[in-house]
Amino acid sequence: MPQAAPPDTGPDTGQPREVIARATGLVKSFKGAAAPALAGVSMTVEAGTITGLVGPDGAGKTTLIRLLAGLLRPDQGEVAILGQRPAMMLDQLGYMPQRFGLYEDLTVRENLDLYAELRALPREEHEETFARLLEFTDLARFQDRLAGNLSGGMKQKLGLACTLVRTPRLMLLDEPGVGVDPISRRELWAMVQHLTAQGIGILWSTAYLDEAEKCDRVYLLNEGSLLFEGPPGDLTGRAEERVIQVSGFEPRRRRFLTRTLDRPDIMDGTIQGRSVRLLLRDGCDVPTAESFAAGDGTQVAPGVPRFEDGFIEILGGGPRGTSALAENYRTIPRDERPAIEAKGLTRNFGAFTAARDMDFAIPQGQIYGLLGPNGAGKSTTFKMLCGLLTPSEGYGAVAGNDLRRSAAEARASLGYMAQKFSLYGELSVAQNLDFFAGAYNLGRADARRAKEAMIEIFDLGDKLDMNSGALPLGFKQRLALACAVMHQPPVLFLDEPTSGVDPVTRRMFWTHINGLVEKGVTVLVTTHFMDEAEYCDDVSLIYRGEQIATGTPDALKAQAGAITGAADPTMEDAFIALIEASDLDRETNGNLAA
Amino acid sequence: MNEAPEPPPASGPIRFSSRRLRAMMAKEFAQIVRDPSTFLIALAMPLLLLFLFGYAVSLDTQGTRVAVVVEDSSAPALALSGAYAASPYFHTLPMRNRAEARHLMVSSQISAIIVIPQDFGKDLHDGRLPEIQIVTDGSQPNTATFVASHAQGVFQSWAANEGMPGMLDKAPQIELSPRFWYNPALKSRNFLVPGSIAVVMTMIGTLLTALVVAREWERGTMEALLATPLSMAEFVASKILPYYLLALASMSLCTVIGVAIFGLPFRGSLLALYVIASAFLMPALGLGLFISSATKNQFVASQMALLSSFLPTFLLSGFVYEISSMPVWIQAITYAVPARYLIPSLQTLFLTGDIWGHFLPNIAIMLGFGFLFFFLSFWVTRRSLD
Amino acid sequence: MQRLKASIVKEIWSMLRDPKARIVLVVPPLLQLFIFTFATTLDVKNVDVAVLDRSGGTHAAELVQRIAGSPNFRNIVYLRSSQDLRHAIDNQKVIAALVIEEGFDRALDKGRPGRVGLVLDGRRSNAAQIVAGYVSGITAQMDVEAIPQMEGGPQVTHWFNPSLDFIWFTLPALIVIIVAIAGLAITSQTVARERELGTFDQLLVSPLRVHEILIGKMVPPFLVGFGNGTLFLVVAQLVFGVPFTGSYLLFFISLATYLMALIGVGLFVSSLAMTQQQSFLGSFVATTPLMLLSGYASPIANMPEWLQTVTYINPARYFLIIVQGLFLKGMPAADVLQQLWPLMIIALVTLTAAAWLFRSRME
Repeated sequence: MPQAAPPDTGPDTGQPREVIARATGLVKSFKGAAAPALAGVSMTVEAGTITGLVGPDGAGKTTLIRLLAGLLRPDQGEVAILGQRPAMMLDQLGYMPQRFGLYEDLTVRENLDLYAELRALPREEHEETFARLLEFTDLARFQDRLAGNLSGGMKQKLGLACTLVRTPRLMLLDEPGVGVDPISRRELWAMVQHLTAQGIGILWSTAYLDEAEKCDRVYLLNEGSLLFEGPPGDLTGRAEERVIQVSGFEPRRRRFLTRTLDRPDIMDGTIQGRSVRLLLRDGCDVPTAESFAAGDGTQVAPGVPRFEDGFIEILGGGPRGTSALAENYRTIPRDERPAIEAKGLTRNFGAFTAARDMDFAIPQGQIYGLLGPNGAGKSTTFKMLCGLLTPSEGYGAVAGNDLRRSAAEARASLGYMAQKFSLYGELSVAQNLDFFAGAYNLGRADARRAKEAMIEIFDLGDKLDMNSGALPLGFKQRLALACAVMHQPPVLFLDEPTSGVDPVTRRMFWTHINGLVEKGVTVLVTTHFMDEAEYCDDVSLIYRGEQIATGTPDALKAQAGAITGAADPTMEDAFIALIEASDLDRETNGNLAA
Repeated sequence: MNEAPEPPPASGPIRFSSRRLRAMMAKEFAQIVRDPSTFLIALAMPLLLLFLFGYAVSLDTQGTRVAVVVEDSSAPALALSGAYAASPYFHTLPMRNRAEARHLMVSSQISAIIVIPQDFGKDLHDGRLPEIQIVTDGSQPNTATFVASHAQGVFQSWAANEGMPGMLDKAPQIELSPRFWYNPALKSRNFLVPGSIAVVMTMIGTLLTALVVAREWERGTMEALLATPLSMAEFVASKILPYYLLALASMSLCTVIGVAIFGLPFRGSLLALYVIASAFLMPALGLGLFISSATKNQFVASQMALLSSFLPTFLLSGFVYEISSMPVWIQAITYAVPARYLIPSLQTLFLTGDIWGHFLPNIAIMLGFGFLFFFLSFWVTRRSLD
Repeated sequence: MQRLKASIVKEIWSMLRDPKARIVLVVPPLLQLFIFTFATTLDVKNVDVAVLDRSGGTHAAELVQRIAGSPNFRNIVYLRSSQDLRHAIDNQKVIAALVIEEGFDRALDKGRPGRVGLVLDGRRSNAAQIVAGYVSGITAQMDVEAIPQMEGGPQVTHWFNPSLDFIWFTLPALIVIIVAIAGLAITSQTVARERELGTFDQLLVSPLRVHEILIGKMVPPFLVGFGNGTLFLVVAQLVFGVPFTGSYLLFFISLATYLMALIGVGLFVSSLAMTQQQSFLGSFVATTPLMLLSGYASPIANMPEWLQTVTYINPARYFLIIVQGLFLKGMPAADVLQQLWPLMIIALVTLTAAAWLFRSRME
């Protein structure tokens, strides 16, 4: 063994734990790819622990999990599950692929039945197990619903339930949180954590670093190699003493962040409420408040490092603050009218009301966030505003164009980025750019100029002839953004633009968005990343088709704090608290009515 | 690390559990019932095909529209024109002149022109064999052949009835009496309907199977299944059995409709029917499985299935077109088309009876193809995502 | 114009770059060219026949010789008994068996008609009838040579295709079929593919107008169909020597109209389908009757009356008549127009229906 066996890292006990899965020196290449997907990776998963697997897009996380599940053959190296080949240990293996293969035309119950039979769960245990799992996943009410009609979060929970019909020794979870709202994500985490008590070894791959932070042990993959392994605290420790919190500055938060990120001593920065969190480059001194030149009130305080800081640090830092895209963008002329307006927007599907009475007016040059659990009505609202759905009632306008009367003008003034990658996968990058330039009626010279600018800004030069469908996820999203902003629209609609994207690319996205907003662009965005909600000027929390809370992120946090009594809730805490409060409210009202 | 790479996790231990198989089959049947495209292929398409082959495709030239140009007003000329009008083969349009008739032929409204010329009555009166002209539309060669021979036949029998001078003592030296065994009424439906049953079984066996297996890959359910103890043998069996049963059911439905509605004879035994159908379904299902495992994509699978099984079953199996008339290199290809061995057997079964000496070699060849395709599909479907 | 151009260029690239679409583009035309041209002949050639000679004389031997010498027959199987005969027919070793009765030679020698039976396999009734025709032709020829026949009787001529060459029928008809594949298979994928891959929303959010999207979607199948039609027009004449006697202008006008009618059907199916799978099946369900009710697979006149009425809504019916007319019959403009106007109405109806459905299913 080239590597020393990792020390026994039972997080609290110090007792050696049983190794459930062990991979040694795994190498795996795919045909046609220049670099190997995995270049000599060794790892272990121990009983009763959650092992996190993190890394940027295309780092090789899915390949590693598939090798552990015995679905791929390693070119070199070995995989042992309880000392055996994976194929021999299928009974002991629970695997949840990124897109769990639920049979969408079977009901929840039928899916469970199938997997119970496949895993030879004794018949007499069916009822009890199903009852437990349905309770556990809170799906009991939906037993007879077709799996295809479940929301994203419920599908993930059902997928987990199907892998758990018979308790395995090893669970492999490949990004179970992608596209899932914070509540479902928390529930998933709680469910999985519950399993560790039964001595199951869990491998959890994730793009949410707050989840990774809670793991017992973390492996960080980058370009097929391990950059880090160990308890998450060790990675966090790399950022020790290098995180500061700056508050009390005068300029707008986003402008301040942009400027600060351009400083050579700053590696990374995020907005948090009224303050800005910064990560200093290694060996740099803590800057003085004056050095920010942001007014007398500026205060600098040390911050508590998080796993995310360590992650960004080890990957070489986030992007610079100035967005080349924004620099190239035209300045949107000021207009006092709201850029996006919704008045009583309602949409019914038969008897079901997907969105009721949506009311907001977004002033020009602001970011407005729509938050909410899966299936709450965010997408419906979103689609009504960009003209994909006709509202059943109410009024909507984009850049002053009434959606009902001048839909084409409204569409011409917006840029749109869909929830899942929806460019023409079989067209090359250049052809996609050409098409969108033409579709938005850019003249020949303008089109050429816009295309060249996009290639330059998004670093697409060497990928022009690639099929856009074959691009890595990060590049797909960049191209999608490029296509949406080519015609320099005054309004941008971004539907979960960063879903499944790694933290570094997400930062790059927000750098561009922040820059564009400074130029007067108005942005409507939906996201499941609550830290991203902090970038918004205003957010609206949508639940069960209604706006249950609207205001600045800080106002929402304060509102949640008043409910729970927590001193400094995060946006995610606020999200959960407000939704729970709404549930409680409805139940009481329901009870009163009954 | 200088150990040899781990042997492929491909085969794994041979495991077979009837319980897992039953669960997978139950799932498959639930999907069959709920998926509209399965319904379309297994029920709507067979009925449509049967209907089209029962009614629309008919090679029986009956009631062909022909123009009869009578240029002579003598009694025999009118009598002959009457004989044409009375023939069940023709639907006659009386016409004054040839130009008008030619116009109708150019616009494809008639298939032939029969001209009874001016001197017809006079020739007959003078003891000469009168001449008539039969002009066919050569742009439809098959119809032209039949129309010409029917038109000649009508003239011959009319002449014989008339006791035409110079015709009677020149009676043919060789008296040929054709008899058409097994289909004396010469209904093309009698051979087209059994042939379309073969097409139906191809569609379910190959097209549908290819689609459902490709769907598992495409929707990601395969990846989840592969990580369960389900073995490849169980997976394959769970796909084969439901579609085998579905194909047999569809075949039975078609047979019943063929006999009850289209009046086909059924002279063989049900045993032979099911044995032959089962033998054919082996290569059909095997090919479907092979295609889907090789492509893992529904659209490509459907196109491949169409080109590799549906079209050959239609065109290269002797269903409509005689294999012996094709160029030698195409004839060579037809030996690789399993339907080539099925269609004659089905036609024999319906029209003739159980001729086991005929069936058995065909069954053996079909089973041989079945094994080949199954072998190929096991070979490409390894238990991995590589 | 920028938008329309972008929409058209995008559709053309989508078709050319998508490997799946390329399958539909390349393989069926090639396969059809080869298999349809050579395999789909209703001619009967190279058949095997059996002979049961109970007479055994010189006349009988001559008859058998003549049959063996005919280019339509390949092998002669000599039989000994009626059991042999039944076996040979039942097992489809031969399609026909000639039974020369015992007194055949004696009768002929005495100037009386000799009797010959011909047993044919009715399971292949079309081929059997043609074989019966061949045999009776041969016996008639023997008669003529034996006794000088009187002149007169029916004189058969085949217009437009004097030697009844089947390829003269197949190749023009192939244009009808190949164009249908382009029109239906390619068009039916377009909208469904966008819906399935999620690009449909992206398209609808752009300022492209519905007509710009639809025209974009119509151009590639139109070009492919037009290209295929032209290719086969050339191949039929240059490679297979099928004469083209009509007007090229009328041919291309008709081809364009026919394509529009088909594209309308394809777009309709595609707008209706939620997935590519459904659109594939839909186009399959549409193509089969289109072919079988066109007059290509079998003459329309052979169908029951009510079904003949149904064929009036089939665009392939009209185009087949036009193509055959222009190739072989030198069809004049007036006759072409007579077929063309129903085709135009059908095109108008299908395109309108497709546009309406597309619009109403945009959400």
